[in-house]
Amino acid sequence: MNLTKEEEAALDGKHGETLALAYRTLLAIGEASGADKLIPIEWAHLSGVNYNTIGDAGEQFLSHLSKDAKFKVKTTVNPMGFDFDTVSKYNLDDEFIKKQESIKQSYEKMGAIPSFSCIPYEIFQVPNKDTHVSFAESNAAIYANSISGLKTNKEGAFSALASALTGKSPYSDLREDSNRLPKLNIRMKVESRDELTYGLLGYFAGKVAESSVSISGTRELDKRSCKSLCAGMGTSGRCGMFTLGEGEGEKIDFDEKEMKKVHDELNTSESGDLITLGSPQLGLDEISDLSSMLKGRSFTKRCMIFCPRAIQGQVRKMGYENEIKRAGGEMLYDCCICLTPLVDKKDVDSVITNSVKGAYYLKTSNEVDVNLKSLKQIIQEETK
Amino acid sequence: MTLKVIVRGKTKGTILVSKNPINFLGGVDKKTGRIRDEKHDLFGKMLANKILVFPYGVGSSVGAYTIYSLKYNKCAPVAMICLKADLTTASGCAISNIPLLVAEKEEYESLKDGQEVLVDAIEGKIL
Repeated sequence: MNLTKEEEAALDGKHGETLALAYRTLLAIGEASGADKLIPIEWAHLSGVNYNTIGDAGEQFLSHLSKDAKFKVKTTVNPMGFDFDTVSKYNLDDEFIKKQESIKQSYEKMGAIPSFSCIPYEIFQVPNKDTHVSFAESNAAIYANSISGLKTNKEGAFSALASALTGKSPYSDLREDSNRLPKLNIRMKVESRDELTYGLLGYFAGKVAESSVSISGTRELDKRSCKSLCAGMGTSGRCGMFTLGEGEGEKIDFDEKEMKKVHDELNTSESGDLITLGSPQLGLDEISDLSSMLKGRSFTKRCMIFCPRAIQGQVRKMGYENEIKRAGGEMLYDCCICLTPLVDKKDVDSVITNSVKGAYYLKTSNEVDVNLKSLKQIIQEETK
Repeated sequence: MTLKVIVRGKTKGTILVSKNPINFLGGVDKKTGRIRDEKHDLFGKMLANKILVFPYGVGSSVGAYTIYSLKYNKCAPVAMICLKADLTTASGCAISNIPLLVAEKEEYESLKDGQEVLVDAIEGKIL
């Protein structure tokens, strides 16, 4: 890879150990992806914020890093493990809370915007088309490339961190127009369409596609289905982008049989003791929809609803939070389903969700069973 | 055979071959290095001190922190060899100083489970 004199100097440690580490990381991912240069990026979105995901190793790493590191570009961050405002209602040990606080402080000290959200594309103003960004959260990277018109690779936690520290990223893969052309076409053959169907399609697509895929047989996606598709795709594979419509290359069908296979892989229970909604976190439209669906109904089980802090003001002002709470829902900000310590296998055996991504991590990380069904079905079966 | 060096280093160990891609965040226990995804072909296997040979990493970007945690908890592979290096694996290995190589298909397929090898991730050789 060709580095400028300035970049070489930073790599050699002339501007401190932190920047040397950041450039070493950029160099490694540049080599891995066949880049020949670094280019500027305008916005980094970091993952690795929840103590449950990064552990003591991550907490100490960030604490050490934040002693002298500062982010060079706009930097936003993923959800934490819980909501500090309501954590006292949950039976969470003090050690976890202390470590989460330390991680939060480290990111803020380095200059991150305390967004704690996995849907940056929905709560921040999106830059001009074709702007290079560096998004680590997989659903956000796919959404940015496919819907927002931005350019990013499906970054790793440390590659996005290195981008935040340097304002740069290797020029490779989905940053180059020629690689953004899908080489595989998936034909959507499933008749009934909802966010669950699209989440399952995404999970299937992630397994069969390489870096970019086209999806035909569907013209338009509502936001809920679109987010679900991005999250499913990001969970199962390394594909970082999709386009809608006919595409070049090999064609594969996603039919009822394929869908059942994916559903059977992720659905491990026919019922559950707790409902979780919000992976990716729910935006204002989805909260508004949910509160309408709940008019005159109440959950028959506990239900946790995850959304970004950025929409809290409106959620309250519009009366949505009151309506959801009246129906028995618990509103949680700054966190999401994935690896939240608030879902503990000591208290629950199985969890109901409409999120394919949530299902994967609930099963593998929280080690609970999952009843995966659509939001419509959840409202029908779990409220009265 | 010559392989592409992503993260430099030299080490030796026993090869552990994974047929499936690896989702480090969901699929590996960061405190023990045990594969905990029941659907994975290496379910129950330990990664500690192995030369981990796998096609590529998938899933959450936070997997890079899992790799760092494995190193911190002394249960990381001593080196990794991939068919295609994804950014999560590459950046995780870079921060954790775990040698990482990318092999061409033919070379990759010649690596057998249980083989004792010397990994030279400076010259890009496996002996």
